[in-house]
Amino acid sequence: MSSWFKKILGHGNNKGSDTSGRTVHYEKPKGVEVRIANLNKSFGGHHVLKDINLVIEPNETFAIIGPSGTGKSVLLKHIVKLIEPDSGSIHINGEDIFRSGDKKPGYRCSMVFQTSALFNSLTVGENVGLWLRENRICSETRIRAIIQEKLRLVGLAGKENLHTSEISGGMKKRVAIARSLAVNPDLILYDEPTAELDPVTSDELARVMKSLRRELEFTTIIVSHDLNFALYLSDRVAMINQDGIVETGTPEEIKNSENPIIRNFIYTTTKGLKGE
Amino acid sequence: MFEFFGRKLLRLFQGTGEIVILLLQTVFYFKEAPRNLPSISRQLYEIGVGTLPITALMALFVGMVLALQTGSQLALYGTQDVIGAIVGLSMVKELGPVMTSLLVAGRIGSAMAAEVGAMEVYEEIDALKTFQISPVRYLAMPRLLGCLLAMPALVVFAIVVGVIGGAFVSSVNPLINVPVNVYYDNLIQALNYTEIFKGLLKATVFGCIIAVVGCYVGFKTTGGARGIGQSTTRAVVLSFLLIFVANYFLTRLML
Repeated sequence: MSSWFKKILGHGNNKGSDTSGRTVHYEKPKGVEVRIANLNKSFGGHHVLKDINLVIEPNETFAIIGPSGTGKSVLLKHIVKLIEPDSGSIHINGEDIFRSGDKKPGYRCSMVFQTSALFNSLTVGENVGLWLRENRICSETRIRAIIQEKLRLVGLAGKENLHTSEISGGMKKRVAIARSLAVNPDLILYDEPTAELDPVTSDELARVMKSLRRELEFTTIIVSHDLNFALYLSDRVAMINQDGIVETGTPEEIKNSENPIIRNFIYTTTKGLKGE
Repeated sequence: MFEFFGRKLLRLFQGTGEIVILLLQTVFYFKEAPRNLPSISRQLYEIGVGTLPITALMALFVGMVLALQTGSQLALYGTQDVIGAIVGLSMVKELGPVMTSLLVAGRIGSAMAAEVGAMEVYEEIDALKTFQISPVRYLAMPRLLGCLLAMPALVVFAIVVGVIGGAFVSSVNPLINVPVNVYYDNLIQALNYTEIFKGLLKATVFGCIIAVVGCYVGFKTTGGARGIGQSTTRAVVLSFLLIFVANYFLTRLML
C-alpha cells in the first residue's frame, strides 16, 4: 500500500469514521473483471448494440474505439446501469449487474462523463467530495484530506475553492477524474475523455491517466474516437462499428491488423498527421 | 383522429401518473431533510426572500385595483364602507394565494425546470446516479420543502400588502373616501381564522404543484438548449393550468 494512501486512510488501516463516531469502510480498490455477453440494445427502430461480447480482465486498461454513433457511450452506460439492455448480460466479478436488484454491489464503479458533468453550483472541492459527503463515508476532516489528495493526483492541488466556471475545459475534465477517484473505484469508465479538448490538453490528460494507472489498481474502460489516445493508454483495444465488435487485440495488433474496417478507421483518423 | 386523441389521452394519464409518483418519492425523502438543511435553506431563500419584492409590487397593485374597482361601484349605492371586508376576503380567499402562486410559478417554477433540465441534458443527473445519490432526494426534495415553507409566508405577506394597498386607495380616492379605521374595522369583522387557514391551505397546495411540476418537467428534458427552453415554458404553462384546476376543486371542497 503506498504511503499517501496510508496517510489518507489513517495509520495504515482502511477504516474511517463519520461524525457520529461509527466506523465505515473506505477500502483500497481492487480491479474487477467485466464480462459482457450477447448484449443488444435498440432505440426506436435503431439497433445500436448488436450481440456485444467482451471480456475485460481485472486491472486492465481497455479501450473501445470506433466511429461516432456506433454505441460506444451506450455500452458504457449499460455497465453503470444507467441503461438496461434488451437482451444479454453484464457480469462484474461474476455478479449479473441487472439481476442483483437493490442488493449493494460488491465493487465500486465510477464514470467520467464526456461533458465532465460537474455540478455548477458547487466548487471544485465540493464536486470532488460529493460522493463522500452524500454517502457519509467518513468525517469532514478526512473528506477534506481526501479531496486535497485526489486533486493533487490530477495536478490540481490547491484549486478546491475555485468554482467550475473559473476553470478551463481541461481542468474540468481533471476535476471529473478526481471526483471519480474519490469513490475509490474498482472500475473506472471514461466516456470520450478528450472530447472538447485541444491536442495539447489531450496529451496532458493522457499523461495524468497514465500516472494514475501506475499509482492505483483498478480496471479502466475508455471509450474514445481518438485512436492515438486509446492506443497510448490501453492494454487492449476493441473496435466497434454499427455491426458490433470488429476486432479485439493489443494496440500493436490493432495497428497491424489486416481487417479493412480497422485499416480504414486508422487511415481516416490519422491522415491529417500524414500531412494530406 | 381517434388515434390522435387516444395517444394524447394516454400521454396525459402517463404524465399524471409520473407526477404523482415523483410527488410520493419526494415526500418519502422528507426524512432526509435534517441532513440537507443547507440546500433547503438555499431554496427557501431563493423562493421566499427572492420573490418578496415582486410579490409586494404585485400585491400592492392588486389590492389597489380591487379597492378602486369595487369601491367605485359600491359608492354608487352608498355601501362603500364594506370595502375593507371585500378587499380582505378577496385577498385571503383567492387573490393572495392564486396571484402569488402564478408569480412564483413564473419565476421559480421556470427556474427549477431550467436548472434541473440543464442538469439532465448535461449528464449531471446521470453523474448523481452513478454516485448512488438519488436525484429526487438531492434535487426535488429541497425544492418541494422550500416551496411548502415559503409559499404560505409569501401569501401572508401578499395579503397584508394587498390590504394596505386597498386601504390607501379607499382613503385617498374621492369617489370611495372610506377612512382607514372604518376600512380596518370592516376587515377585522369579516375575517376569521377559518378563512385565513383556507387561504394558507391553497398556498401550500399550489406550492407543491409548482415544485413538483418544475422538477418533473426538468427531469424529462431532452434535446439540448432548445429542450431546456421548451421545458421552461412547459413548466410554467402546466403549473398555471394545475393551479387553476386545483383552485376550483379546493374552493368547492372548502365551501
